[in-house]
Amino acid sequence: MTAISTAKSGSAGRRGVSPRQVLSYVGMAVVALYCLAPFYWMVVSAFRRPEDQFSNSPIPAPFSIKNFTAVFKHDVGFQRALLNSLIVAGTTTVLTLVVGTFTAYALARLDFRFKNLVLGVIVATSMFPTISLIVPLLHLFTNIGWINSYQSMIIPNLSFVLPLAVWNLNAFFRQMPFELEYAAMVDGCTRGQAFRKIIVPLAAPGVFTTAIIAFIAAWNEFMIALSMVNKKEMQTATVSISKFTGAYGFDQPFGTQMAAGVLVTVPLVIVVLILQRRIIAGLTSGGVK
Amino acid sequence: MTTTTAVPSAAAPVKKKQDVQGSGRLAAVLLSPTFLVLALVVGYPIIAALRESLYQKSQGLDANGFVVKGDKFVGLKNYTDIFTGVKSDAFWNAFWNTTFFTVTSVIIEVALGIAMALIMHRAFRGRAFVRASILVPWAIPTAVSALLWRWVFQADGVANAIIGQQVLWTTEGFHAKVAVIIADTWKTAPFVGLLALAGLQLIPAEVYEAAKVDGASAWRTFVKITLPLIKPVLLVAILFRLLDVLRMFDLPFILIGAHKDSVNTLSMLAYDEANNLRYGPAAAMATILFVYVAVAAYVFVKLLGADIIGEARSRKSGASKRAKKRARAAQEVTA
Repeated sequence: MTAISTAKSGSAGRRGVSPRQVLSYVGMAVVALYCLAPFYWMVVSAFRRPEDQFSNSPIPAPFSIKNFTAVFKHDVGFQRALLNSLIVAGTTTVLTLVVGTFTAYALARLDFRFKNLVLGVIVATSMFPTISLIVPLLHLFTNIGWINSYQSMIIPNLSFVLPLAVWNLNAFFRQMPFELEYAAMVDGCTRGQAFRKIIVPLAAPGVFTTAIIAFIAAWNEFMIALSMVNKKEMQTATVSISKFTGAYGFDQPFGTQMAAGVLVTVPLVIVVLILQRRIIAGLTSGGVK
Repeated sequence: MTTTTAVPSAAAPVKKKQDVQGSGRLAAVLLSPTFLVLALVVGYPIIAALRESLYQKSQGLDANGFVVKGDKFVGLKNYTDIFTGVKSDAFWNAFWNTTFFTVTSVIIEVALGIAMALIMHRAFRGRAFVRASILVPWAIPTAVSALLWRWVFQADGVANAIIGQQVLWTTEGFHAKVAVIIADTWKTAPFVGLLALAGLQLIPAEVYEAAKVDGASAWRTFVKITLPLIKPVLLVAILFRLLDVLRMFDLPFILIGAHKDSVNTLSMLAYDEANNLRYGPAAAMATILFVYVAVAAYVFVKLLGADIIGEARSRKSGASKRAKKRARAAQEVTA
């Protein structure tokens, strides 16, 4: 509804300043509130005292970090879960970039037959339902004793992170000046040298952004990590949070969970905000989540 | 958005050079690692699932009275069991839940996403701030957002405090579906908004000027100009959302819980079967979901002409092409 009224005011002309501006600001405020309010509620709830957990005041009073200390209690094992997430998401990202960069380069630069088919296949693989990969892989990993191992999470993660990365990198590579590579080859570089000395440094920002997007995708993964691991020490952060048991005797320790949620999310949010322009460019050009 | 022919003019001389150097072979070398990995982590499981769905675990005694464990070929029994057997109720329930979630959340998300994009597009100042805040729901892990909404939807949580009613959101019932849809919409509508905004920014201002001169109303301008011009971007966004909701798992699993009929999706059902070591039925169910997703994608691409590849190819390929595209867009509208 806000959109329509804003659209109307927008096409009404460029001179009518103040009502349009007011409407626009109201609309923006609504969008920002929509996006941030639930997140804000998570932060507020995390900073309440556990005994105030069900308070609905918009500001935590009195302010407390007891929920955060509860997260890091030894028996919760959250430190280990964070480390596991870091290992799984980090390895997935590195593997993905190593493999995906070459493919994206080929797709962006070279002219070859079946290119559309190749692109299509890569996009299509990222759309397969995860469960149809998990069931056979779970069976396989059980048989070869890979359950509760990092590789049992990293390898299935590649199935959706790799297409995402190739797609994003491809979009970034296409933007780069073709002529430079050509000039380098005229100057006697081989194609490999042109790639290493010209393309790689130029592509670094795109690769970095793709790394962030890939890392976030792997970090946020839940279903694979849930299926492949049944030992607490190997759980990733997302699985661990969802399985927190009450430290303060409530049915579900929401305060602790919100605090853990803040810990898992805030670093991502900060990185995303710093790199927002690049990430938005990556997301919209990739068109893939 | 058929941009197959729109190769940037600068590429023409380079292309000749590439052919001389044997691009095809190089491409094969560069592509092979990705395809190897995808074959292993996607191709193999899909085929293995297909094979596994024809087997059932059998446990019995052989002629000498020893316990025999192994997989027995049962043909299509797993499938017929799912469609008509004892568990068919659970399957059809999950099937309709999945479909219901997909249709409702995609419609809501697209409507909200367009609204957000329009608001941001008309913004005077503070667009950067809103764009930044839009990325927050996207960056939050689904598992964490599910917990967050579970907390919001508690019996004495803030949602009930706001509406002033006592709804037990996370118990069985239609309200559980509503809770899932709200949570899903919150996380993904901003993403649709981002894509739609990217589409809006490709529409040249002159088009709107022309519409204004012709005296078109705001609604008519929106329906006749804005929507058709952002349609390609929207179709891609819808397709991705569609396929994403069809495989929804984390959100209902954490927000409401496992084994809840109101929100059980096909992914959750298959996961449950696999978790109970009934790999055959689980694989059959996963295969059905796979076919469902594939058919949905095919129909969407064929009927509505969602051009994913073309979209990605054309969107980010330099100023010259964008200018060309604008010219074409302007032409389409004025024509």
